[in-house]
Amino acid sequence: MLEIKEQPTTTAGPEPAAPIGWRSKDLLDTDTLSLAEIEAIMETAEAMREVRARPVGKVATLRGVTVATLFYEQSTRTRASFEVAAKALGADVVNLTASGSSVEKGESLVDTVRTLEAIGTSVIVMRHRSSGAPYLAAANSGASIINGGDGTHAHPTQALLDLFTMRRHCGSLQGKKVVIVGDVLHSRVARSNIWTLLASGARVVLCGPPTLLPRALSMSGEPGECEVTTGFDEAIGGADVVMALRIQKERQESGLIPSLREYIRGYQLNAARLQRANPGALVMHPGPMNEGIEIAPDVAHGLASVIEEQVTNGVAVRMAVLYLIATGRTA
Amino acid sequence: MSEALLVRGGRVIDPSSGMDDQFDVLLRNGAVEAIAPSIEPAGARLIDARGCIVTPGFVDLHTHLREPGFEHKGTIASETRAALRGGFTTVCAMPNTEPPPDSATTVEALMERIAQDAAVRVLPIGCVTRGRSGRALAELGELAAAGCIALSDDGNPVADGRLMRNALHHAAALDLPLSEHCDDPALSAGGAMNEGRVSERLGLPGQPVAAEVAAIARNIALCEETGARLHIAHITTARGLSLVADAKARGMRVTCEVTPSHLFLTEDAVFGNGPASFYDTNAKVNPPLRTAADRAALLQGLNEGTIDAIATDHAPHAVQDKLCEFDQAAFGISCIETALSTVVSLALRGELDLVRAIAALTIGPVRAFSIDRRIPGAGTLAVGRAADVTLFDPAARWQVAPDTLVSKGKNTPLLGRELPGRVRAVIVRGELAYSEETVHA
Repeated sequence: MLEIKEQPTTTAGPEPAAPIGWRSKDLLDTDTLSLAEIEAIMETAEAMREVRARPVGKVATLRGVTVATLFYEQSTRTRASFEVAAKALGADVVNLTASGSSVEKGESLVDTVRTLEAIGTSVIVMRHRSSGAPYLAAANSGASIINGGDGTHAHPTQALLDLFTMRRHCGSLQGKKVVIVGDVLHSRVARSNIWTLLASGARVVLCGPPTLLPRALSMSGEPGECEVTTGFDEAIGGADVVMALRIQKERQESGLIPSLREYIRGYQLNAARLQRANPGALVMHPGPMNEGIEIAPDVAHGLASVIEEQVTNGVAVRMAVLYLIATGRTA
Repeated sequence: MSEALLVRGGRVIDPSSGMDDQFDVLLRNGAVEAIAPSIEPAGARLIDARGCIVTPGFVDLHTHLREPGFEHKGTIASETRAALRGGFTTVCAMPNTEPPPDSATTVEALMERIAQDAAVRVLPIGCVTRGRSGRALAELGELAAAGCIALSDDGNPVADGRLMRNALHHAAALDLPLSEHCDDPALSAGGAMNEGRVSERLGLPGQPVAAEVAAIARNIALCEETGARLHIAHITTARGLSLVADAKARGMRVTCEVTPSHLFLTEDAVFGNGPASFYDTNAKVNPPLRTAADRAALLQGLNEGTIDAIATDHAPHAVQDKLCEFDQAAFGISCIETALSTVVSLALRGELDLVRAIAALTIGPVRAFSIDRRIPGAGTLAVGRAADVTLFDPAARWQVAPDTLVSKGKNTPLLGRELPGRVRAVIVRGELAYSEETVHA
């Protein structure tokens, strides 16, 4: 187990070496992570969780490192979580949003990222409405890019904090049934979770209305396969984890579903449905929740819910990712 | 009077006459003077074609020259020189320019620029609707009189079925082919690539196969009612192709083309060379690259003759049009210089019959647009007819790289690949317009 010593913030302490198994400059999605890298993140996050539990909750490991958060989309929890994580490691944090910045003046993403690199930013946490935007940034910059959510593609740190939370409760996920319900097709959270869950040996069931499900998402050449179904009542049977996804009102406006009322009828995670899951099943949600739509309030705040813990664990997991990437750069 | 040229010792393939043997070809005064097993030079300039294949100059039914309006992407000068390097002696210029050629005035202005700058023969395609807006018909008779070889709104499919029907009636009366990008915009709206396994993996909005199939079905039905010559531009789907085969079997005047990109690549090209190059915007093209099964059907359609032409849909773009987010990137592949090489690659792999492919680069497109009415002998090597000839070495390999491409557009997913099939010389109107190490005084 990696040990991280609390250090005085006035002097730079010795750099802990990056654990063996970490090799990536960027974190763009979970699909390219090796099992060793996933393990490295989980182990490091465990150590970070312990750091956070201390009275000060802070170390100086990344003192002198500048981390930028570059958010082209609104976000509260992800951005705040990354900022808290970076500061807990002693890094300097620069926050940029698309509105009120050079982006509004028409600067391209590539130029923005190169500018951040030129002023000394070595890690950029990025959220963007276009799927794949972090790949463009990573390919055109020497800075490390951490994907904080790109379009309808990926949200790797969410998947990693979800995995971390599941493992804390379930231990190994080998053979465990994880049901992801909702707008899977447009969910970057679901997509990134698929890779970590399959790699961990879980049985993954994707469930939702037919227009919001992937039809051709093939895992060929990858570990395992997802099951895809429209029947939530059957799918939830025997589940060890149920993850409800946020449903956006625009899905109704664009005609993908007849109404939110119809969605609730078929896919709301409520107490009656949760009865069908295994005893002790976990209820998860990446947030922000539409309580009373994709999840009933009593379930969201019930005994089975680990939704708040997900948020707490998010800081530790993001500390781990920042730590591994930043120290990997100098290793 | 141009000097006489003697193309000597090559394998001459002219699918229009079934010719495929070693011949010398003598060209004089812009016409083919003789084709025979051995011709004495008698003062003609010698072009050494040993090891090369000699064919009629290639004809492209679908080229984007970008001028006027988008000169930062390409010009008539730059893109016709790229065409020449690709072995093309005639290109049909698509009308997505600014202004678009939707009147005699704009067509005439375009023809003047072509006369000044073009390195190959250029035949303009006129708009179906005013401003390519899909709202009101352009004055199609005037466009025909001004010299348009065909009609098309290019990347803007004529969505309104009634308007399309009227356009086809007029096109039939004028005996002009109408080249249509068959796509139901309601189905494909917002789609950045083929809808399927890859789009779902990458979280990109997709264009479903049904968008093309539904539009082809509608347009064939309208073609049947109007008797027009419907040309399906860049067909990409197996199901769409089966509709074309069925229409042809019923004797309808339907033709179709396929791009070298869709013959050679699948939707997997968007993955680039692996995770570090996912979202390769150079593989973003409309209609999108499809599945392996679709590609196999297109190859079969070409080998069996259902597909009339290989047309490039050459679409040069500036760096900033592609170095951006995938959903923001422009559609299109710069491929007029790689078209032959992809065809040769496929022939070497045994996926494509080389003679059929040459037919689809020569006589096939000429028949589809009746280009021989304008250029007698186009797409053939016939004594007394146009001396447009292409020589290529099928064995020579070359590296696709920004500095090996003449086009202003370096946007191709083939960058970095080494491909077989190099154009050695191109003769346009009896003049040696391009040559590479093959000419002896």
